[in-house]
Amino acid sequence: MSISIHKRLLTGNKALAEAIALEMESDPNVFVMGEDVGVYGGIFGATEGLYQKFGSTRVRDTPISETGFIGAAIGAAAEGMRPIAELMFVDFFGVCMDQIYNHMAKIHYMSGGHVKLPMVLMTAVGGGYNDAAQHSQTLYATFAHMPGLKVVAPSTPYDLKGMMISAIRDDNPVVFMFHKTLQGLGWMDQLDYSIGHVPEEAYTVPLGKANVVREGKDVTIVAIQMMMHRANEAAKQLAEIGIEAEVIDLRSLVPLDKETILESVRKTHRLLIVDEDYRSYGMTAEISAIVAEEALYELEVPIRRLAVPDVPIPYSRPLEQAVIPSVEAILDAAKQLVQH
Amino acid sequence: MGVPIEKIEWMYETMYKIRYYEESMVNIYAEGKSPVFNIGAGTVPGEMHLAAGQEPAAVGICAHLKREDTVTAPHRPHHNAIAKGVDLNLMTAEIFGRKTGLGRGKGGHMHLFDPNVKFSCGGIVAAGLPHAVGAALAAQMKGEDWVAVAFIGEGAANAGAFHESLNLAAVWKLPLIVVVEDNAYGISVPKSASTAVASNVERAAAYGIAGYSVKDNDPITMYEISERAVQLARRGEGPTLIEIETFRYLGHFQGDPELYRNKQEVPSLQKRDPLLRVEALLKKQGIQEIEIKHMQERAIAQVDAAYQFARESDYPNATQAFEDVFVVGM
Repeated sequence: MSISIHKRLLTGNKALAEAIALEMESDPNVFVMGEDVGVYGGIFGATEGLYQKFGSTRVRDTPISETGFIGAAIGAAAEGMRPIAELMFVDFFGVCMDQIYNHMAKIHYMSGGHVKLPMVLMTAVGGGYNDAAQHSQTLYATFAHMPGLKVVAPSTPYDLKGMMISAIRDDNPVVFMFHKTLQGLGWMDQLDYSIGHVPEEAYTVPLGKANVVREGKDVTIVAIQMMMHRANEAAKQLAEIGIEAEVIDLRSLVPLDKETILESVRKTHRLLIVDEDYRSYGMTAEISAIVAEEALYELEVPIRRLAVPDVPIPYSRPLEQAVIPSVEAILDAAKQLVQH
Repeated sequence: MGVPIEKIEWMYETMYKIRYYEESMVNIYAEGKSPVFNIGAGTVPGEMHLAAGQEPAAVGICAHLKREDTVTAPHRPHHNAIAKGVDLNLMTAEIFGRKTGLGRGKGGHMHLFDPNVKFSCGGIVAAGLPHAVGAALAAQMKGEDWVAVAFIGEGAANAGAFHESLNLAAVWKLPLIVVVEDNAYGISVPKSASTAVASNVERAAAYGIAGYSVKDNDPITMYEISERAVQLARRGEGPTLIEIETFRYLGHFQGDPELYRNKQEVPSLQKRDPLLRVEALLKKQGIQEIEIKHMQERAIAQVDAAYQFARESDYPNATQAFEDVFVVGM
């Protein structure tokens, strides 16, 4: 007798849309607002099929008015609604950052905890497809820097769905970043890891819990989203030369699961941090500081970090490939750490 | 004219309360700030934007609101808050930075949040307007007849948020009323130097919504026009913009040297003070002097008690600074 196990595979975008649909079905307060989220289904497919299922009242196309509709999401959330507002590209934050930084992040605090904003600001991040300086950033640190925002950036279809459900149910404002190239869209790079097993039912993945995606004893590599997948590729190649890398998918920048990082560093004594965001004052610096503060004497060699080297994301393919950390760069850095 | 006498009485008493609150605050704010003015010193530190003279905008529309209606206000919020029925003790304690305050001392005078009466305000020009759009959207989606009122200054009507919000509210036909309090100055810049149209009512037309102008800080006209606007919104017939010419008797903030305006300007405005005009109207309608005196005494007692409550309240402990960043238990 043979047992066959069927695993349902979904792309990142379909996992996200399914999460939103399930929550919209179970909670009438959940609704979606943004540019082209309706019939179009979101430029990166995050709201695919929702308009057809729920109609224009709950899946609302907005004018190109990010201050207006993100501010409106704040106002509606204060009234007990659970809006999901989509900022099409994270790069567009400049036109609405007052609403995000000064209102969404701070109202709960300034009200002494009396006003809750159970909203999700969903936004597309990431480069690697030659979209140049104003459409390729991740800006993880820009959002993670401001107290009062939860900032999450899932890397797999499974986590995209589970963390979106958690984000919608969270009573805090959550900045939910999905990586464009991990959405599994037909018009972008076809990457195996943009498709994955996703259960049909509503399930949650906690916000603020990192995931050890590969265990190893020689070096810890901490990364998020596309850099985590590249780190994982590098780890496979490292294994072939006898180096066992432990790869941690952060999944969430705020809250930051520092215990998982510290625990791994105490085991491997070597740390490499990889980031698709800018180097200075960013995630790599933050994690380096935490490890220096709390586990400095566990380190056998100095920490290494790979990130965009403080230049805007260039358009030209060879230039862009030079600034976003590659599998090869991760491989080299890890080798150097171990063979130090 | 068809304004019920009890509404005129409510407006008078509320305007009186606001005026007495603001005039008391002038003195309290000055405590501990002489001989050298230090904005961070004294009983009430920080910026202080007072609204003496701007009462008609607040009472004229709030007379038509219920608890479930939302009000957002800008950095000069006391008159709007009092007219909406924000708890005066808790509001004052917040302004004093005490732990009994609306925001447990974390907000201050520009950041008052009272969810019990759905009032909020903020320190960024025009930023409360999209929040009111969102509250109006929530009301519409919930199928309630609630409305949202956004108070802004005339200077805010040149910010992007104003235009985005009007368009959004118009295209979604939201129950929103925007009250532009035209006090003639954005800090020091006169409206004529900042605004391309003489009246922001013209801008309402640009978004296909109703627009009305209230001249000469008149609370009665404000009341009548607001009644129409609120009814329209409750019936689901969309937003309205009301611009009221109002008076800013004091500086932009306390400590403003006001070198940008003629010293005769305020005294000449005060000759047309809206409180005096409503008092005259009450008398004309047969309200006795003694009844007016009772209204004034009630207002004074309430304000004095609020200041007393604030003074007697404790400051928060330093550890409380670490609370309320996120919702507990999430």
